[in-house]
Amino acid sequence: MADYDLVVLGSGPGGYVAAIRAAQLGLKVAIVERENLGGICLNWGCIPTKALLRSAEIYHYMQHASDYGLTAASISADIDAVVKRSRGVAKQLNQGVTHLMKKNKITVHMGDGKLLAANTLSVTKDGKTEELTAKNIIIATGARARDLLFAPADGKRIWTYRHAMVPPEMPKKLLVIGSGAIGIEFASFYNDMGADVTVVEMLDRIVPVEDADVSAFLEKSLTKQGMTIMTGAGVESLQATATGVSASIKGKDGKVATSEFTHCIVAIGIVPNTENIGLEALGVEMDRGFLKTDTNCRTNVPGLWAIGDITAPPWLAHKASHEGVIAAETIAGGHPHAMDPLNIPGCTYCHPQVASVGLTEAKAKEAGFDVKVGNFPFMGNGKAIALGEAEGFIKTVFDARTGELLGAHMVGAEVTELIQGYTIGKTAELVEADFMHTVFPHPTLSEMMHESVLGAYGKMLHM
Amino acid sequence: MPIELKMPALSPTMEEGTLSRWLVKEGDSVSSGDLLAEIETDKATMEFEAIDDGIVTKLLVAAGTDGVKVGTVIAMIQGEDEDAAPAPKSTAPAAALPEASKTLEVVSKPMDTPITISKADVQKQSSGDERIISSPLAKRIAVNKGLDLTSVKGSGPNGRIVKADVEAFAGGVSAPSTVHNSPPLPLLAPHAAIDTDIPHEVIKLSNMRKTIARRLTESKQQVPHIYLTVDVRLDALLKLRGELNASLEARGIKLSVNDMLIKALALALVQVPKCNVSFAGDNMLQYARADISVAVSVPTGLITPIITDAANKSLSKISTEVGELAARAKEGKLQPHEYQGGTASISNMGMMGIKQFDAVINPPQGMILAVGAGEKRPYIVNDALAIATVMSATGSFDHRAIDGADGAMFMKVFKELVEKPLGLVA
Repeated sequence: MADYDLVVLGSGPGGYVAAIRAAQLGLKVAIVERENLGGICLNWGCIPTKALLRSAEIYHYMQHASDYGLTAASISADIDAVVKRSRGVAKQLNQGVTHLMKKNKITVHMGDGKLLAANTLSVTKDGKTEELTAKNIIIATGARARDLLFAPADGKRIWTYRHAMVPPEMPKKLLVIGSGAIGIEFASFYNDMGADVTVVEMLDRIVPVEDADVSAFLEKSLTKQGMTIMTGAGVESLQATATGVSASIKGKDGKVATSEFTHCIVAIGIVPNTENIGLEALGVEMDRGFLKTDTNCRTNVPGLWAIGDITAPPWLAHKASHEGVIAAETIAGGHPHAMDPLNIPGCTYCHPQVASVGLTEAKAKEAGFDVKVGNFPFMGNGKAIALGEAEGFIKTVFDARTGELLGAHMVGAEVTELIQGYTIGKTAELVEADFMHTVFPHPTLSEMMHESVLGAYGKMLHM
Repeated sequence: MPIELKMPALSPTMEEGTLSRWLVKEGDSVSSGDLLAEIETDKATMEFEAIDDGIVTKLLVAAGTDGVKVGTVIAMIQGEDEDAAPAPKSTAPAAALPEASKTLEVVSKPMDTPITISKADVQKQSSGDERIISSPLAKRIAVNKGLDLTSVKGSGPNGRIVKADVEAFAGGVSAPSTVHNSPPLPLLAPHAAIDTDIPHEVIKLSNMRKTIARRLTESKQQVPHIYLTVDVRLDALLKLRGELNASLEARGIKLSVNDMLIKALALALVQVPKCNVSFAGDNMLQYARADISVAVSVPTGLITPIITDAANKSLSKISTEVGELAARAKEGKLQPHEYQGGTASISNMGMMGIKQFDAVINPPQGMILAVGAGEKRPYIVNDALAIATVMSATGSFDHRAIDGADGAMFMKVFKELVEKPLGLVA
């Protein structure tokens, strides 16, 4: 008989949530983790970066205290103290997950897990190996930062996100390669903290998965904040020197120029953690390096499931958690509803923030929709002006034929807290009339969500 | 204690009705069983009877008012033993008042001729009571595509109908969505007044006529009909009928050709079950019994009383039932269960000399048989021209549920049963 009904390999936001849900449904569950319970997300990702960005935000406000009629003198930032706070936040949450495992009677096996068969896993810790058998195994090993082939991160001058989170020193002149969520968040953080930041993006706009209007607005805003942004540009070579890094960057015009930086953050994507966990021997099907799964997270090997960053995009913690629930409920004999990737919101915590869900205007048109588009600026919102955050906009894209909300795209203060409203609406399949009939509280930033919908149908009130 | 008299639901499908006539006036004293009003529903005019005693204090809806919604308070009755003055004796709080005024229940009985209504109507009503659970977007798409959500199965939380369900349903039964961009014409949309100089009289449609119009429009718009005609020789059947009637005479029973065709239709449905079905969106109902709706013309329209399980009834039984149901149909005294349902219909216009016609399917039934006149025709018998009594019969089949080959098989079996009629009495 198997030791467990379910063993989850990896305890990130996908794995630990899957374990909890399965335990709640009465399954005997174990979880295997090689490093920290909670995985990258709450130890080295989403949460500690938010702690860092909060410090940067407050620092930013202090520097602009006079805008609010206040005086703040002798303002300075202590990067070590900022990092220490961030680590404290991560630790608190890590302990929270430990508690959740205990509360749900989930056995935690610390060590390196490796599949020996579809229902057997070995866990090695300090040279000692034990074997676990399980009726079902969920692979939730996540992903790691992709290295530049010609200049792997060394943690001294060339960093990945992980080094950037615990910097050995405050960078003076920082090069950020890649302008996805991770790259832009660190660029924004270090820019706010006082570094001279340059962002290099290969594509023709930053945050390229977002709506083109958002990219354009953000580029303008970050440039105004003193950042140098190079789009359509590539780093040809990167050399660590005694005092920093030397980078040859090919610009939009095709000319290569060499610049010196004190540090460099490489944020050019992720690589799934598929190696050394026994997948090859089992013949698990892959697609471009990621595990192939069905809508209920099954791989092609019976009893073997996969969730999170090791599977298809988007590579987001909340997508992993949701998949964890779907997999656990399916294993327990339930029939959970499939997740629609177009209803998964994405958030980037730069300053100003970016949040979106669904199709961009361009993608919607490409898909053949006849669209109605609304766009309401922060400038027209009382609360935004009172906050001193009058920059940004909320854009909505509707299917003209059915009134379906195809996508929503926001840039500006606190938009990451607003996007859920549209996500609920999309998931519930509300149409434009439902949003219009909703009473939004005054004065809030959320009123812009209303105005944007009204605007898509030519009924905007405050513009 | 004032009693609220509410507009009653006199049939399962009734949502509103016409208060044709008050049979009492304000100040009248009524007792249980007294007739209060005549109410015209979509099916019939019904009498509305009191079950409480008291005095009619107020008539709130004028006689002749159309479209009175079920549940609307139409009159107030003061309990007889009570002081008519509205002075409450107790100091009960206001919140308790709604409980104190009880709703008058009514007993109704049919007065006019009801029209056939089908299970679809009843189902629509019952699901209407439970309300269709669907996302706003699914509803919008259904409207755009002209789909009826009652036949769509929901896959969302608690069976909620979501976009994917409607699109899958639409993909299954209709052409690409672009074809359906324009919203469907609402059934029985108020037509623009016809401007004419020809002397005329405007006749207001009865609710029954409206129901006929709506259901036939629905059938022709939504059900793709396929028509299959056969010529059937009747000589053997007529001969058998003569012999049977001779021996049944003592019992006062006289079989008609139609009685025998009802039995033949039922037996054919049992032998070819693929034609004894109802199309229901993602599903199809395969009936285990053949209940035959027999079209009966009545002065106000048409009604189809049902011969339940006709395949297992003797001809004499069928004949007696048809006679009895038709008589009551003409008097307007059929009970709803006697004309609601049925798995297939038969319509016979032979007595008017109609040679052949195509009948409109009565949804959700899957077929209807249209019977023409039995007449002497030149006919080839054993490769020689002879005279035979022959009728043309046309089956109309719901092509969504029934393939042409199955319909053809059905017509063949029906023809054989009629031409070799001993099977009808076995």
